[in-house]
Parts: sequence; structure tokens; C-alpha cells
Amino acid sequence: MATTVKFTLDGKSRSVKVEDPAMPLLYALRDDLKMKAPHFGCGLAQCGACTVHVDGEPVRSCVMPATAVKGKKVTTILGLGTPEKPHPLQTAFVEEQVPQCGYCVNGWMMTAAAFLKKKPKATDAEVREALAGLKCRCGTHVSIMRAIKRAQQQMGGAA
Amino acid sequence: MNAPMDFSASRREFFKASGALIVSVSMAGFVTEALAEIGANKPPLVPGELDSWVAVLKDGSVSAFYGKIDMGHCLDVAIAQIVAEELDVGFESVTVFQGDTATSCNQGGASGSTGISTGAKPLRSAAAEARRILVEAAAKQLAVPVDQLSVLDGVVSGGGKRVSYAELIGGKFFNSKVEWNKQVGNFMDIKVPAKLKSPSQYKVVGRSFRRRDVEGKVFGTMDWITEISVPGMLHGRVIRPVIAGAVPLKVDVGSIKKIPGAKVVREKNFLAVVAPKEWDAVRAAQTLKVEWSAATNPYPAMPKLHDHIRSAKVVKAETETNKGDVDAVFKTAARVIEAEYEWPFQSHASMGPACAVADVKADSATLWTGSQKPHYARDGVAVLCGLPPEKVHAIWVMGPGSYGRNDGGDAAIDAALLSKLTGKPVRVQGSRSDATAWDPKGPASVHRARAALDASGKVIGYEFISKGFSRVHIATNEADPRDSLAGQELGMPTNPVEGFGTPEDNYSFSSRRMGWETIAPLLDRSSPLRTSHLRDPVGPDVHFGSEQFIDELAVATGEDSVAFRIKYATKPRAAAAIKAAAEKAGWQTRVSGTAKSSGDILSGRGISYTERRGTIVATVCEVEVNRKTGRIWAKKFTVAHDCGIIINPQGLTQTIEGNVIHGLSRTVLEEVRFDANSVTSVDWASYPIVDIQDAPLSIESVLINHPEVAPTGAGEPTIRSIPGAIANAFFDATGVRLRTAPMTPERVLAALAAAR
Repeated sequence: MATTVKFTLDGKSRSVKVEDPAMPLLYALRDDLKMKAPHFGCGLAQCGACTVHVDGEPVRSCVMPATAVKGKKVTTILGLGTPEKPHPLQTAFVEEQVPQCGYCVNGWMMTAAAFLKKKPKATDAEVREALAGLKCRCGTHVSIMRAIKRAQQQMGGAA
Repeated sequence: MNAPMDFSASRREFFKASGALIVSVSMAGFVTEALAEIGANKPPLVPGELDSWVAVLKDGSVSAFYGKIDMGHCLDVAIAQIVAEELDVGFESVTVFQGDTATSCNQGGASGSTGISTGAKPLRSAAAEARRILVEAAAKQLAVPVDQLSVLDGVVSGGGKRVSYAELIGGKFFNSKVEWNKQVGNFMDIKVPAKLKSPSQYKVVGRSFRRRDVEGKVFGTMDWITEISVPGMLHGRVIRPVIAGAVPLKVDVGSIKKIPGAKVVREKNFLAVVAPKEWDAVRAAQTLKVEWSAATNPYPAMPKLHDHIRSAKVVKAETETNKGDVDAVFKTAARVIEAEYEWPFQSHASMGPACAVADVKADSATLWTGSQKPHYARDGVAVLCGLPPEKVHAIWVMGPGSYGRNDGGDAAIDAALLSKLTGKPVRVQGSRSDATAWDPKGPASVHRARAALDASGKVIGYEFISKGFSRVHIATNEADPRDSLAGQELGMPTNPVEGFGTPEDNYSFSSRRMGWETIAPLLDRSSPLRTSHLRDPVGPDVHFGSEQFIDELAVATGEDSVAFRIKYATKPRAAAAIKAAAEKAGWQTRVSGTAKSSGDILSGRGISYTERRGTIVATVCEVEVNRKTGRIWAKKFTVAHDCGIIINPQGLTQTIEGNVIHGLSRTVLEEVRFDANSVTSVDWASYPIVDIQDAPLSIESVLINHPEVAPTGAGEPTIRSIPGAIANAFFDATGVRLRTAPMTPERVLAALAAAR
């Protein structure tokens, strides 16, 4: 039996008809709502490419059922910031020219954004711990760390 | 190889067709507009036409048509710099169109670090030729001799007069021939009457212009191949057998009947499901009941892999270097040192499973592909569908990473076959397992090294022989569908080619021999352990052995590893790079393995020096080895990199950094696991790669610029220097050699225990 799931997506009210209760949120976002940024990387919550915020918490949308976001606030990277009004992490990732293929970058920025909100003055070691498990196959890790440091400085965090 | 053909007649229809079909490919849409402005009667898209390489639009902006692609290494920017330089236009006014068979000639796609070294050559010549023609036209129009004219930002001036490129030719074709060298692929080049600029005149080349794809990636507005959507499109998933080599005997179509619109598609042993919604295709693939043929145990027990390689019959052997009388020298040597090294199967394991969208019609086809060789993908789809290549339009769209012949080539053929069989546009994206377990693999290998020393300790003989699976059992591109899983499932005979590689011949030992031997594939069709090109094909594999062995010789002769390399390095540029890396890293001169540290954390430093087709890299790595857990942490890398002239320093630096981390991952973690039936590395848990916790604290790059030397490439040369640098640092820290990669905690603990 299809159910309709209503939720807020990047500040706008949206609804999706869900046929299979097991369908992950990622498919509702990508296939039904044509959201580009959360990517399918593994479908197993092992890489983070599909990360979105649900009520401010980073979640792996490839394993969270779409029905679980009923009435909640879902934020994608489009809701994080725009070229006109960028999130400090987006500015920093551009400044540091971080992504190569870029398929993973959504996961790094969304996870880091949620973490820095809680702990803007996090040390490098704490940042690394918070980002553990995310994958990047092009090997941009060092520039990711540079960009996060830069964003922290802009946000008035780490010196 | 297919020679490009004249298909000007059908090109415009392709533009119209693709423009109408594309829902969200802004880039391809822009190609349509830009070229529509130039209008009809474009000369045929062949390398011998200047118009195939550059165009000046009405507003004076320049389009450059690049038959390769960039995946985040700044190549398109470098091409724009080179074109701007030769044409004397502003960098910002050059747009580079890449990887579209309707706008570019087949320059081979991403391949062999040739994006600039060979890829920029025809574009550079074309830009110079365009400038020559435009300046001559200006001379006529202004009645000022050519030698009194100069060009700045696309405006020709002299004798108090001026005229712009836009006024001279904007929106029109050059209709001018250039001399094509008749090569297709990486070595396609042209000759022109125009004189190229000397590097001493460069103003745009050599500067760190920023990449053009970063904002779209960071703000989530860019389309990867996975975002391509075509009206009426079905989602497809191909079903791979549970046991390698098994074929479907019975397929229970009824098992997916409750899933809306889901259908089974089968042609011979090719089995797939399609559905209008992606999730429905995914769950249909998971739900479909299939009875497979019985196991034939195609693979050896994994711990016996390297024994299998040692004992397997040699299919092809080749000696690539043979100087002096190696055999005689070993007979008279005062001392012989021998060692053997092992390298595993490795996966591309791209960030996301490959994706492709195909729309195959009776008389034409369109393919959107993340394959790094879109022109060859076009050729493969043409063969599969029985269409002439000029009736297939392949459009490259950024994929989820690509480091050689990954699953992108299979996805392209899968999508085309499914579209052909269903009569609808079909999008294919595999599961994680399709990307990790089923991509073509980097070959496993064994490397035998020996050296002959005279009584004074001088190395007088050297031999390095590799034995392994061929790096081209599957071709490096998908121009022939029999090199794809789908083709093989359709029953096309495979076409394994034998090829491996050796270290670069870069040490001056007076007698030396380097060669390789290949062995047969483990399974002759649709094998998840079939082997093909993985970033710097066999480079990291070979140099894990050869650069450790050089260090073993240094230690055996009581010499410092940096000094030993400089002593035997053949080229002054190599010695300079080794010195630069050592100096920047603060290298402490001593025999490696002699500074014993105590406690649980052992520290060490190692160096490696490698070359790849002219590019010289010296890397110093500093490691910490935890002797309780066996973990190696490569804390810092210092890379001295000499690839001739540097086009874009920031792009180069970040290309080096990516190489370092990819190389680190392959050295300490990556190993494709398998059992008798199939590959068991199916995801990130069973095929671990480097984590942010494993990443070094810093990577220092020393960029050595040689403006007088033609560029030799940077996409891969650094990665081959990483395994040796790490392994040598590990030895320095522990006094123990680990000759089997990857250097996992289990192997480290075993090696430390054995040495106790």
C-alpha cells in the first residue's frame, strides 16, 4: 500500500508517494525529487556519499527508509549554502580546490558541517575522528583537512 | 582502431536530437548553442581540419575541442591555458569541450598520463595556426605588414589600427587544413605552418588558474553521469552470477511480478532487470530468483595465489632491457643478493558504481557515459548494435571516479544492450559489489630481483623479472564488446592480450636485465578477476619490489639510501630530484634500519626514486609503526616532481597529492579477496581503503620546473614511487623487510614476530 510522506526539504514542503516501505530516503530524493547532490556510493552506509541532514543530524540516506523522515527537516547540500550565500565550508572547499571527481564531497561537507556546528573549535584530531569512515577514492584527504581548517578560521573556530 | 570518418552530414541532427533529449546536461546544451551559432557547413570532424580543434565565436570567445577528458586534475584548465597562450586571447575567454564524440576527435580519452604530454599538442598547434591565419587576415584588412602587428586579448593591432578576432572570423569556420599524423588515440597530432611560441614568451602557461568544475561540485549543482535522465528512461540492473563463470539455467520471472513495472531482460547468458523507478530495479535485482549452473571452482585458494603465479605456465615472456653480459657477471660475482616481492589483485573500487545511459534506436544511438574513453565506448556500442560509429553519439559526463579500465566500460555496454533489447532509453548503475567485486582488476604478480656485487661492493649485475597476470587480458578500452562482461555473457570469444611491464631503466648498473612473464587468466570468460589497466598499470606493483630492492642493496653495501641512489642514477635531473626531496624532508644520512627506536611506536624514513615516461619522482616517506597493533601510519610525504614544463602548479600539486594517498591506500590496505568460487571483496568493509585517520598529516611537494623540457605527464608517475617509499621507511623503523603487499597489520605483526 503506497503511503505519502510529507517532509521539509531544504526549507520547502515536499511530499513523496512511497510504494515500498523499505525504500531508502536516497531514492525518494534522487529519483522522485531529482535532487542531485546526495550520491549513491554503496547503499550500505559505508562511504557517506549520500549524507543529508535530518533535523540537523547527518544521516546516510541510502539506508534510512524514506518513511522515517515524515514531518522532519531534510537538508541537502543545496540547503547548506548557495554560491550567493555559501556555507563557510563551501567557500573553503572552493578556495582549497578540494574535489577531484567530487562524487564523495557531499558526504565530507555535510558531515563536517554538522560536526562543526556542535564543535567549532575542534582540533584536527577531533575532526579526523568525526570524519572517520567517509571515503574519498581520488585521495583528496589532505586538502579536505586544509579546507576544514580554513572554514573553522572563518567561523571563528580553531586558530 | 577506427579512423575517424566524415560525418558532418549527420552531426547537426545529433546536436538537435541530444539537445531535445537531455533533461539536465547543461554542458552538452551549451555545445549545441555554441556550435549552432557557428552554423551550417562545418567541415567534417576529422583531425586534418583546423575547425575540428578550435573555433572563434561571434563574441570573440574561443572554443577548444579536446578528445580527452579531465576528472579533476585540472587538465581542461591546462588546455585552456595552452590555447590562450598560443592564440593570444585571455584565459577566461577559452572554453574547453571535452569527451564528446560530436565535437572532438578521438585523442584516446584519459590514458597513460597523456592529458597534456600528447593531448595538448594538437590543440597547441591548432591555436598557433589559428593565430597565424587571423594575423594574416588582419594584415590584409588593415593594410599593415604582419611583422608590425601584435595581438593582445584577441585584438590584432599595429600601425595605429586594430581589428578583433571576433570581427575577423567570429562565428565562421576557418576552412583550413592541417597535417594530421594519421594516428588515432593518445598519439593523434597535427603539423601546422605556424611557429609555436617559445616557453620564454609564456604569460598564461605556468600560472595556477583555478579549476572550472569545483563550484558545481561543492554547491551540488553539477551533473555527474548519475544525474543524467532521459524521458521514458528505464532503470536497469545487471545480475551477475554468485559463482564466477556460472550461467543462468532457470529464471523465475514470477518472483518479481509484484514489483511495479519490473521486467526480466535476458539474452543468452546476459541477465538483467529493468523498471521505471530506480528502487524498483534495485529490489527486483535483489528479489529475482535465478538457478545458476554448478560451481567449477575457478580460483585457487587465496593464500596460494602467489604460488599459483610462480608455478603457472608462462604464456608470454619479454626482456625489455638487456645490457652487458648479465649471466656472466652473476657467475663471477663476489656476492649475490636476491629477493622476491608479491603484489595482490587490486580493484579500481571507484567511489560509486559506474553508470551509463543509452538510447539505442534502429539507425542511431546516444550514449552518456562516465567511461574515461568515450570515443572508444562509442565504437563498442556501434559494434554491439551493428551501427556505423558515426551513427553513435557518445557524451562523456563526469563519473564517480575512474582510474583506468574500471566498471565504466562495462556499464556503457550494459546500458546499450539493455536499450537495444527493450527499445527504450536505459540507465544502468550497479551495486557496490558491481564496482568492487566485478570491475576489471589490477593484476596480481610476483617479482624476482637479484644483484651481483664485486669484491668492493659495487653493483655489477642486476636482474628484475616480474611474473603475473597480464595487464591487458581485458583491453584498456571498450571499443570491442568482447572486452566487456555483457559481450562475454553474449558468448563473444575473449581476446586476452599479454602485457606487463618493468621498472624504468634508470640505474646505471653495468650489466642489467629487466623483463616480464605473463600467465593465463584464471577463468576464460566473465571473470571478476579479469585483469586490465588500473592507475599506472603495474607501476606501483613493480616498483614496490624494485625500489625496495635498491634499498636492500644500499643496506647490504653499508650505504645511505639517498647517496646510493644518486651514485647509480643515470640522469642529472634524477639526482637533482632525489636531492630536492631529501633536502626538503630533512633527510638524515645513515644506513637505513640502523637507528633503533624503542617503545611501541617505531619511527622511520624511506626514499624511493622512480621514473615514468620521462617524469621523475623522488619521494621521502616518514612512518610510525605500532608494534603492538601492526598499524603503519605514513605521517608525512615529501615529493620532488619533475615533469618538464609545469602548466599549472596548483593543479599539479593536487594531482600529486591524490597519487600519494591512492598509492598509500594500495600499499598498506588494498587486496582483492576471493575464494574458490568468486571474489569476496564486495564492499568497503571487505575491500578497505585509506581512511582520513590513515591520511598523512602533510604532503610537501617540490615542483621542479623545466620550461625547456616538453611536459611528460603527472596523472600517474607519483603513485609508483609511494609503495617503495613506505616499505623502505617501514624497514628503517623496524629493521624488518616486508616483501608482500599490502602491508596490513596482520602481515606487519607476522613479519615482526618472525624477525624476533
